[in-house]
Amino acid sequence: MALAAKKPAAGTIAAGKPAAQKALARRSEKAGAKTIAEFSKAEELAAYREMLAIRRFEEKAGQMYGMGLIGGFCHLYIGQEAVVVGMQLALQPGDQVITGYRDHGHMLACGMDPKGVMAELTGRRGGYSKGKGGSMHMFSVEKGFFGGHGIVGAQVSLGTGLAFADAYRQNGNVCLTYFGDGAANQGQVYESFNMAELWKLPVVYIIENNKYAMGTAVSRASAQTDFSRRGASFNIPGEQVDGMDVRAVKAAGERAVEFARSGKGPYILEMLTYRYRGHSMSDPAKYRSKEEVQKMRTEHDPIEQVRNRLLEKGWATEDDLKAIDAEIRETMNAAADFASSDPEPDVSELYTDILR
Amino acid sequence: MPVEILMPALSPTMEKGNLAKWIKKEGDAVKSGDVIAEIETDKATMEVEAVDEGTLGKILVPEGTQDVAVNTPIAVILADGESAGAIADPAASAKAAESAPPVAAAPLEPSPVAASAPAAPAVVNSAVASPPQPAALPEPDVPEGTEMVTQTMREALRDAMAEEMRRDGDVFIMGEEVAEYQGAYKITQGLLQEFGARRVIDTPITEHGFAGVGVGAAMAGLKPIVEFMTFNFAMQAIDQIINSAAKTHYMSGGQIGCSIVFRGPNGAAARVAAQHSQDYTAWYSHIPGLKVVAPYTAADAKGLLKAAIRDPNPVIFLENEILYGHSSPVPKLDDFIVPLGKAKIARPGADVTLVAWSIGMSYALKAAEELSKKGIEAEVIDLRTIRPLDIDTVIASVKKTGRCVTVEEGWPQSGVGAEIVAQLVEKAFDYLDAPVLRVTGKDVPMPYAANLEKLALPNVQEVVDAARAVTYR
Ligand SMILES: Cc1ncc(C[n+]2csc(CCOP(=O)(O)OP(=O)(O)O)c2C)c(N)n1
Ligand SMILES: [Mg+2]
Repeated sequence: MALAAKKPAAGTIAAGKPAAQKALARRSEKAGAKTIAEFSKAEELAAYREMLAIRRFEEKAGQMYGMGLIGGFCHLYIGQEAVVVGMQLALQPGDQVITGYRDHGHMLACGMDPKGVMAELTGRRGGYSKGKGGSMHMFSVEKGFFGGHGIVGAQVSLGTGLAFADAYRQNGNVCLTYFGDGAANQGQVYESFNMAELWKLPVVYIIENNKYAMGTAVSRASAQTDFSRRGASFNIPGEQVDGMDVRAVKAAGERAVEFARSGKGPYILEMLTYRYRGHSMSDPAKYRSKEEVQKMRTEHDPIEQVRNRLLEKGWATEDDLKAIDAEIRETMNAAADFASSDPEPDVSELYTDILR
Repeated sequence: MPVEILMPALSPTMEKGNLAKWIKKEGDAVKSGDVIAEIETDKATMEVEAVDEGTLGKILVPEGTQDVAVNTPIAVILADGESAGAIADPAASAKAAESAPPVAAAPLEPSPVAASAPAAPAVVNSAVASPPQPAALPEPDVPEGTEMVTQTMREALRDAMAEEMRRDGDVFIMGEEVAEYQGAYKITQGLLQEFGARRVIDTPITEHGFAGVGVGAAMAGLKPIVEFMTFNFAMQAIDQIINSAAKTHYMSGGQIGCSIVFRGPNGAAARVAAQHSQDYTAWYSHIPGLKVVAPYTAADAKGLLKAAIRDPNPVIFLENEILYGHSSPVPKLDDFIVPLGKAKIARPGADVTLVAWSIGMSYALKAAEELSKKGIEAEVIDLRTIRPLDIDTVIASVKKTGRCVTVEEGWPQSGVGAEIVAQLVEKAFDYLDAPVLRVTGKDVPMPYAANLEKLALPNVQEVVDAARAVTYR
């Protein structure tokens, strides 16, 4: 298969074995073991803002769901914010992102407008899919965001295909393909892994291990619970990353993206993370203890970590951070107002967009 | 400004709930993410988290209150520096009410969805939320004088599986979240506790794999019930269902059987958009080697599921999420079986035949009531089994009425309605006094927006209109 790329991009290294094997060894460096690259003041502040924006958006969405303004399923990303925010820092313009249904955070991180995202959640014409897709199905080609997919695992093959297109076009781009610990057990994941390594596709697989797939703890569904090793039989290197620490995510993201972009093939990042809320709005989450959730919240919260560093280093005062929060709340309130007042799609839209 | 906390909707179909417990007390500080109360829905106890920060100024609905309507103010949060006195301030509370969305004031009942008024999820399916009194329906499979108990379809399905598992040690159930979580839609409630983890098996999210495992186990003589969390996800597994389960008996010259039930919710739920709402009835009804069942009443759900589990063939058992919570009478019998392949006349009439199944029955029965007011008596046939199709019952009815309308949520092209039309043309053409019409889901993927979703689904008026068109009245 000659998907050769110019630049040092995907495909040129036909015999990528040694490189891959070397990188495979990296997986033994467990999360937290390596020294974390510190963030500058500007980076800390930017990460704080981005993560807080996602959290406030999600809280607002949860509230709007409670008021009946959002229907169907609504999967909140609260707790996992550091993953998308850190990964996004490793990307270049033209790179692509694809994920499942827990997608609001990914969209905001890609730079999509909270108004358009929230209006899609309420099913209004100003939504990213004109109100026709809803929470789980949203896209922005302009921002490189390819969805938003409701079928667990399907995005893994699709993301591999996006990377195939990058290699085919030799454009030097990389596709970030996100999926969950539960999705990691779908068969098409491994069919994709095989092709991606065989053809050295520029794809980074990010497994967001938030410990549960709906009500099933990882150990009850997975024979191999170290997801960073899930590519081992295909010679795909992998790493476990502290997904609650945005600095660790960014550092690992840069390594993985650089690997994929330089034509060495796919890379797996297992993000150790946690979702605070239930699987969706109607999940009471009785399968885990309150203490477990509380412990994550108080000891590992991705936003609190940045906040504490900012305060400790004197890079921001309580008042500075309060002002940022107020500003973000205002943005999200405006998004919510727009999403509640924007009209529903015109009825003629029922029959549009079926074929081109 | 004090902010009201409203009773939240916690599922796509919730309209009211019980305020089980206040976790925070008046005067407590709250910040976003704090659990402030616990609420019971029909399925579960849920926690309510605060979004706004401040002090819990006043609890408006005390704990223990039952049936609190969604969007009722349940408490007031005061911002820093505000006193509880502010709550009484009429200006402040008027402001709070203003900031609440229009839906808060509107009752959650069927109403045309105005462009400006956001529709609550419950509205979408409200047309079917109150099914016609099933008590009025004749139950041909029940001996006269049998005691009836009212059950939800959810309970009836669970009982059917439990009874068959008690009866036959080869019956087991596998699927995602069927055991410890008690079922994503709580259909397998209590089964793990009664039958243990050997027979009630949680699978990873690997539909293609576990469907194949189920088929293999059936080839070895076991009798699996394979639950798909919804039939949308069975698309991952459709190769094993069709190429392995449906064809092996034929390909092995009758040596290898496959007694297996694939079951789960099928069709549109509420506001879950295109990938999670479609009707697979026609898809499976196309396949020789399968049986396809889709009940409407709780009694049929129970009797048909028991029959499906005992059937030596692969059976696709299509349930409906919206019907799960609906109650209807179920006969109190030790072993109540409804035979596969037999339609029933749910309502007799002489003027027009309405053919439906599953949730399509709710449109058909409501339309029949409407038509009756106009002097048109519709005969409503509940197919119950789609394959093998009991066309004889349909033909017998059409011989009487001379007119027929089919009702389904699925798409029109190559749908079940299309098949019924074709068979009527072939076998009962001389008895027809009008073209047979189909009422179907619209020929589009299911949209998410409330107004479009409503338009995409069939409705009672369309059935009434079609019936009037074929009766020329
Ligand atoms: C093919 C398929 N099977 C089942 C489902 C139902 N479902 C939706 S999310 C989910 C759990 C997925 O868990 P995980 O991959 O860990 O992602 P998380 O929700 O934790 O982000 C399941 C079973 C689905 N949408 N698609
Ligand atoms: Mg998970």
